[in-house]
Order: sequence, then C-alpha cells, then structure tokens
Amino acid sequence: MSPKFRARTAEEPQGYWREMRPPRRGLPRLGLRELWEYRDLALILALRDLQLVYRQTLLGVAWVVLQPLVAMLIFALVFGRLANLPSDGVPYTSFALAGLTVWTFVSTAVSAAATSLVEDRDLVTKVYFPRMLAPVAAVLAATVELLITLLLLIPVLAIDRVVPPVQVLTLPLWIAGAIVLATAVGLWLSAANVLYRDVRYVLTFLLQAWLFISPVAFSSSLVPDRWKWAYNLNPAAGLIDGMRWALLDGPSPGWELAVSVGSLLVILVSGAAWFRVAERVFADTI
Amino acid sequence: MGEPAIQTDNLGKLFRLGAGAARYDTLREALTRAVRARRDDRRDLWALRGINLEIEQGEALGIIGPNGAGKTTLLRILAGITYPTEGVARTRGTVGSLLDVGTGFHPELTGRENVYLSGTVLGMRRNEIRARFDEIVEFSGVERFLDTPVKRYSAGMQLRLAFAVAAHLEPPIVVVDEVLAVGDAAFREKCLGKMAEMGRRDRTVLFVSHDLGAITRLCTRAVWLEGGRIQSDGSPREIVSRYLEKSTPERLLDVEFDAEPGTSVSVRRASVRDAATGEVLTAPERGQPFTIEMAFEVRDVLPDIDVALIVVDELGAVIFDDAVRDRASVGTLSGEPGVYVVSATIPPVLRAGRYLVRGWIGNRYESSVDHDLLQIRIAPRTEDPREFMERTRAVQPEIDWQVKRQPLP
Repeated sequence: MSPKFRARTAEEPQGYWREMRPPRRGLPRLGLRELWEYRDLALILALRDLQLVYRQTLLGVAWVVLQPLVAMLIFALVFGRLANLPSDGVPYTSFALAGLTVWTFVSTAVSAAATSLVEDRDLVTKVYFPRMLAPVAAVLAATVELLITLLLLIPVLAIDRVVPPVQVLTLPLWIAGAIVLATAVGLWLSAANVLYRDVRYVLTFLLQAWLFISPVAFSSSLVPDRWKWAYNLNPAAGLIDGMRWALLDGPSPGWELAVSVGSLLVILVSGAAWFRVAERVFADTI
Repeated sequence: MGEPAIQTDNLGKLFRLGAGAARYDTLREALTRAVRARRDDRRDLWALRGINLEIEQGEALGIIGPNGAGKTTLLRILAGITYPTEGVARTRGTVGSLLDVGTGFHPELTGRENVYLSGTVLGMRRNEIRARFDEIVEFSGVERFLDTPVKRYSAGMQLRLAFAVAAHLEPPIVVVDEVLAVGDAAFREKCLGKMAEMGRRDRTVLFVSHDLGAITRLCTRAVWLEGGRIQSDGSPREIVSRYLEKSTPERLLDVEFDAEPGTSVSVRRASVRDAATGEVLTAPERGQPFTIEMAFEVRDVLPDIDVALIVVDELGAVIFDDAVRDRASVGTLSGEPGVYVVSATIPPVLRAGRYLVRGWIGNRYESSVDHDLLQIRIAPRTEDPREFMERTRAVQPEIDWQVKRQPLP
C-alpha cells in the first residue's frame, strides 16, 4: 500500500517516501488527517475571503448584519403583515430571523464553496493541497459571519419580548448541523463546477428553489402530516425547525428530524466520495 | 549525498484530447477542434511516457526541451498537482512548487497580507513566515509599501515581492518552472543567486527553463525532454550544446514570421545582412561585420518601447545583449502603431561557431516579444590557423598587436 500524501517535512522521519501513482479504482480515502495538517492554509484562505468581501466597502462588516436584518424586515412586511402567515405564536420578526440566520448562512456558504475551486484555479493548477480545503475554507469564512449574525438575535428577541427556553442550550447543535449541511452541498457543487461550469447558472436557481421549500418565511406546521417525510428530506427544514424550537420554543422536533439528519448524512458522505473521485482530474480540467 | 531524492519508474501521463465536454483551456479547445475536424474520434496524447529518472539529493537538475515536450507535466506530477496515468514517481519528502510567480497573490490585499497568504499557499507554516518575514521583505525591497494593496504596486514590485516569498521556501525538493523569465535583469540575477544557494544546501532543485545559459550556470545535471520522452541526460554543457545543435536547423539567416493574433507587437522578419551591401548573407565568416535587421509591427501603442537583441552562443551563454535605448537617440522608435525596421551592425568580434539571436521588444513593465529569431553559423576564415583554442575564448576581436624588440643593454 502506498504511503499517503503527507503535508510537511520538518518532523518527518528519514527515509520517508511520498508516492505519486495513477488513481486507484474504487472508493478513495477521505484524507481527514491530511486536511488537518493543512489547517493553516484553510485558515488563511478563509481569512483572505473575509478580508476581501468587505474591503473597499463603505459599511464594511455591517453588511453581515444588514443582510439578514433587511431580509427580516421585508419578510415581516410581506409574509407577516400582508400575507398574514402564521408564525407559531411568536412575533413574526423573531420567527423570520431565527430561520434567516440559518438560511443566510447556508446560502452564502454554499455559493462561496461552489465557486471556490474555480476561483482559486491558480492554486489548483500551481500547488498541491488537499482540494477539499477550498470549499471547507469558504464555509469557514461564512461561519464567522454566521456567528456575527447570531448576535443580531439578542436585540430582536428582546424587542419582541421573547425569552429563549431552556433548550436554547441545544443551539450549538443546530449551528453545527448548518455548517455540515453547507459543507456537504458545497462539496457536491464545487467539484461539479470544476467539471461543468453550468453549475454557476444552476446555483442561483437552486438556492431560490431551496429557499421556497425551506421553512424560512413560513412555518412547518403548514405542511400536512402525510407529506412531512418528503418535506423533511430537505435537511434545512429540520435544522430551521430545530433553531426555532431552541430559540423561540416552537414545536418540538419529532421523528421528522431523523429524516432530515439521515438525508444530511447521505448528502455529506456522497458529496465527499464524489469530490475525491472528481478531484483526480481537477488540475487537468479546471 | 548519493541518496536518491526522486525516483520515477516508467512514468507516463495521457491527455485525452476531445474527451469531455467543457474544457476552458483555450489551447485545449483549439486542439480539440482541430482534432475533431479531421476525425470525429477522441485522440490520445502522451504528454509523458516511459520516464525513468533517479535524482540524487542535492542535485540541481535542469530540464530543457521544446514547448509541449512534457517538462511542466513532469514537474506537476512530482509536485502532486496532477496524477500520472501510468508508472510511479517517488519523492523523499515534500515537493515545493514554483510554477508561477506570485501563486496565491491577491491584488486587493496588502503586501504584508500577501506574504502570509502566498507563503502559506507555497507550503510554509505561519510561524516560519513570521520568523522570516523581515528577511523576505528586505529581499524584495518594497518595505515602504507593505501596507498598500498589491494592486497599486508596479508590475516590477509585485514580481519582487512574489519572488522574495518563493525564494525563502525551504522544502527539501523544489520544482521551478520558467519563473525567472520575468523581472528586471538585476533582480533576476539576485534570484538566480538565491536559487544557486538553494542548490548548494543539500536541496534538490528541478529547474525548467528556456534560458539555456541559466541551466548551464545553475544546474549540476540536465535532461532533455522531447515529445514526452527523455532524449538525453548528462552534464548541462553537453546536453545544452547537443540540444541547440539538434533543435535548431543548420542556420536561419533570413526568417519571416506570421503575425501572432491577439498580441500588440509581433516580429515579421529578421535577417542577417552584409554590413556593406545590405544583401542577405548566406555564409558569414569570422571577422566580417554584419547587420541584424528586424522588422516588426506595433498594433497597439507601446509607450517607452525598447528593442533589444541578445546573442547567445552554443552553450547558452549570452555573448552580448544590447538595446536601442542603450545607444541611439530613440528617434522614430516612438511605440506608435506602425511597421518598424531596426538594424544593428555587429562589430566583427564573434569567434567562429554557432549563435542564436534572440529578439526582445517591450518596456519596463512587459515583454511583448522575447523569442529566438535567427541562427547564425560563423565559419572560420580560411586563413585562420587551426582553432586549437576555440572553446576557451568567448569573443575574437581583431586585436592589434604591436611587438617591439630592443637589443639587450
């Protein structure tokens, strides 16, 4: 068996050989250890992305908060006031923001991850690094923004006089779920984008459609029970319901949550496997 | 020493032209189309085949060969960027790759941020960069602009900073692809010096270059790739001179070139002419002054245009280079669109032998043209004595000897 690609040399034993062979058939290794060894690169790429987004902008980091805030106000006006959608008995603004924090993160992270490899084409063709690092770094950068957005919940909940219930302690779980979801979908799309640039065009449409089937503007309680299983195949549905349960004491998650988690795992595992297979030709096709 | 650092065993890489729908590489697209037009099938191209190499630790291996010979593909496989199709390559330890100047640089970021970014991308750890930061900055000479976005740097400054980062990498094996073809001459020498230093410190360096002089100066061994295979392998001087002999036709004294589409400047004709009559020479002799004439088209204005000729001998050493602005008042060489003809009279100093004439057109920021134009073989004069010292002299000017003898006092 060939030794795995390893990153650095300083601490490597003498006589260590690194081998380049034609890709083997069948399922590849995940290479998590190597990803960890290249963490410096992931961090600096994420840092670069963060530095770039707000450079030469007037409002700077304020944009991170403004995006979900403005979306929340629009949603509250259109869906809360005009359409009068039910919001599980909490003020619509809080209801919308709980969903929007997750959704804004998932959509930014997924679009950034999807284009990450192609935008860093120079790196892919000029240096070696575990290719998964590119989408992972993109998600990492978006995660920092997510943490800032979460702070926005404090004043909004306070204004709406919503007191978070005990299960607010599960919040990190839902956030972790969102990060995993963005990574999983990001792996799929970023690798696909290298091979078929159509992804760029599909992306906008995909995110739009995804928003409509996720309970961002509406409550999952509107979905008839016999369709719950299909509705929850969208992991975002389970995650957003979970967020609302944790923050606003919304309906507690039931068996549907298992459907969402299962579907999330399927997307993650298949995404990672597909990525590792597809990456064999990245440098030659990108 | 004596330990192998790189081994390849029957290494090969196949490119499948015409396969797959979306190719964004314009060259490959063009090839695909050309191939499709002839035959609807996919065509396979072995970019590398049957490469067996063993490179010892501390060796500096120069790789030469025409475009498309597989030089870059070899480096990319060794660096782990792309997979081989067959065979295996083994390297002892990681391979740092310098396939481009400024890999990872981002124009919006400041010089300081880019040093960290590019350094990490090229395989340095954060604390290594921090430890070397001052050294890198000093080498680059852009201290004053460290906190300015790189997009406001001149092209030259960007290059210097980018190379400064690269020059401070310390992986045990480095592959370098043609990155020194850019930059101003003085800085290029400084970089070459740094690379030579790398070679001496037990580091294994693989160096692809068209600058054959640099290969003979810096490398301890050279390999000539042709059509994806190793043509020959040996001492740099020997390989370079064999390469020059084979790869260029006997002599090219009057050559016409096609205008290159998409470029703003292109050479259309170059010739070697008799300095007195202006006729194209067929067999220049040593001691005969001649003129190199070059006609070129400028389609887009090129401010501060300069034109240079570089004469290289069969070992790749530059015998001389000279630019219009080194000598003449610039006169009609304005850089405005038009067809220009420049001619340079070469004094009779070249010894008998074979020379390549390279033409360069550009300004301080860009090289619009930089390629071989002519090949001259200068025959010994019939009355020349047998050239037993031929190889030891670089030039053979007409030296006026005076000998006086006085009787012993």
